[in-house]
Amino acid sequence: MPDTTPPPLDSAQVAHLASLARIALTADEIEKLTGELGVIIESIAKVSEVATPDVPATSHPIPLSNVFRPDVPGATLTVEQALSGAPERDGDRFKVSAILGEEQ
Amino acid sequence: MSGHGAVSGDSLISLSASVLAERLHSGELSSVEVTQAHLDRIAEVDGDIHAFLHVSADALKTAAEVDGARRLGAKLSPLAGVPVAIKDVLCTQDMPSTAGSRILEGWIPPYDATVVAKLRKARLIPLGKTNMDEFAMGSSTEHSAFGPTHNPWDLERIPGGSGGGSAAAVAAFEAPLALGSDTGGSIRQPAAVTGTVGMKPTYGGVSRYGAIALASSLDQVGPVTRTVLDAALLHDVIGGHDEHDSTSLTDAWPSFADAARAGAASGSLTGVRVGVVKELGGEGFQAGVSARFAEALDLMASAGAEIVEVSAPSFRYAIAAYYLILPAEASSNLAKFDSVRFGLRVNPPGGGTVEDVMAATREVGFGPEVKRRIILGTYALSAGYYDAYYGSAQKVRTLIQRDFDSAFSRADVLVSPAAPTTAFKLGEKLEDPLAMYLNDVTTIPANLAGVPGMGLPMGLAPEDGLPTGIQIMAPAHEDARIYTVGATLEALLEQSWGRTLISQAPGHPSMPLPDERAARLEGGTR
Repeated sequence: MPDTTPPPLDSAQVAHLASLARIALTADEIEKLTGELGVIIESIAKVSEVATPDVPATSHPIPLSNVFRPDVPGATLTVEQALSGAPERDGDRFKVSAILGEEQ
Repeated sequence: MSGHGAVSGDSLISLSASVLAERLHSGELSSVEVTQAHLDRIAEVDGDIHAFLHVSADALKTAAEVDGARRLGAKLSPLAGVPVAIKDVLCTQDMPSTAGSRILEGWIPPYDATVVAKLRKARLIPLGKTNMDEFAMGSSTEHSAFGPTHNPWDLERIPGGSGGGSAAAVAAFEAPLALGSDTGGSIRQPAAVTGTVGMKPTYGGVSRYGAIALASSLDQVGPVTRTVLDAALLHDVIGGHDEHDSTSLTDAWPSFADAARAGAASGSLTGVRVGVVKELGGEGFQAGVSARFAEALDLMASAGAEIVEVSAPSFRYAIAAYYLILPAEASSNLAKFDSVRFGLRVNPPGGGTVEDVMAATREVGFGPEVKRRIILGTYALSAGYYDAYYGSAQKVRTLIQRDFDSAFSRADVLVSPAAPTTAFKLGEKLEDPLAMYLNDVTTIPANLAGVPGMGLPMGLAPEDGLPTGIQIMAPAHEDARIYTVGATLEALLEQSWGRTLISQAPGHPSMPLPDERAARLEGGTR
């Protein structure tokens, strides 16, 4: 495990993270979050103090393996049910805006 | 609070679910009467409490059907006809399911969560959906997009969170039973601060199919009630394997109600080793909480328990690990709210690509705490930081599991206060996310290790007269042990008080709304 403490968070980084997370934060929100997250990250960074290389990682408290079901068709939602909460539909399909922008 | 007089035993809504169930079975009461009494109570007090986001329009109809079936001699489950409130994180195909978020406002899922389907099959009466911190992120219910829930003990205080709505609903006698979900304490901490009982089962003990996911390696659904026996009865209904949830355990669970009844009947803790976790007490804990906890330990010792101190040094890192693992998993789970298939869609001015629409929707649809945690999770998973943060947090999780293993080699159950303080004031910690996160110091370790834990009342803090709670934890799969020990402790405590804790609540049905409370409401507190 590299013993490198990541550099403090800055607002450009928060803006980048927001774009990765697809949240159109305002400039004010980015500024406020940069400060708040800085304090939080400083506090939680202490996990690396005890996370020595000999300790294995745990992703799941009670791991189960090979959870399969028989590969046979079961009940599914109808088209109407699946579309019942859609913000916009076009016949039997979900309707969305263009996937690519003009410059793409 | 002692000046408020005795409990009115005649009031339907003050009865526990187990007593209601007996009277329904004997025919002394009808489900319609019981359901109507709770709907009336909701109409009377929920303007003050705001425990509910939605009240079912079908409750009386469903109750009449159960009464009809009973008249025809149908064999009904123990809790048939008893009303139940449902946390809004659970999908209900006949009621909106918002998880407290604007992004799901008005959304009616096309299917029921498995636990909801089990309630219906056992013929309980869904009363409505309860308020919660948005996507279960919070310890106060103040992060609900639809306004906070108020603690029935003091309307200016928080009911805990994220399941403050479910806890407040049972504490205010709006429902005898409720369902909650617990990712880092969202069932147990609200129980502690509202004088109620809340159980987080063993991870995988109760299906999460149809529970809107926060952090999938931590989330667990469980009962929220006023008595240990009621929690056990509800757990018996919702527990068990579900093929729709790949993390669902295949254990053959014993009857938790039998375990609770045995505990209450025995009155003895002889031979039970009770481990006191050194790291979950002391500095940072309110004096009255520590005092009541010490008294509870004395009471258990006098009933024959062997009290042992255990140390779990890695618990000091639990909050830090939790606030890396939870945001990481949440940032992934909440990616599904993309404005395409369901929920809110906001078109940015001048239009844009589907990504622009998604970003505009999530900006409007998510509240500040959800944004904070998604960004934090995205950061924790970033290339370059992954090992230092998320990887380290997963290692801490291993250390915490080892501490539990070691502690459970010396003790049958572990105990701690269920929350470090009594209910704090609404708004007190809203602008300080880190202070808010520290509320879960006692409850988070159980989620990280997947072990079951219960919060139950242990008395009122002398300094503020507000409820305190004790947490009882057991090894994974040993939920029944918690019900047995919990029911014994509950009986011992109530003997020592000469009454139940909840009967001292100012909002108890035998009490009128206190004048000062009414005045405060008129003053525009909410």
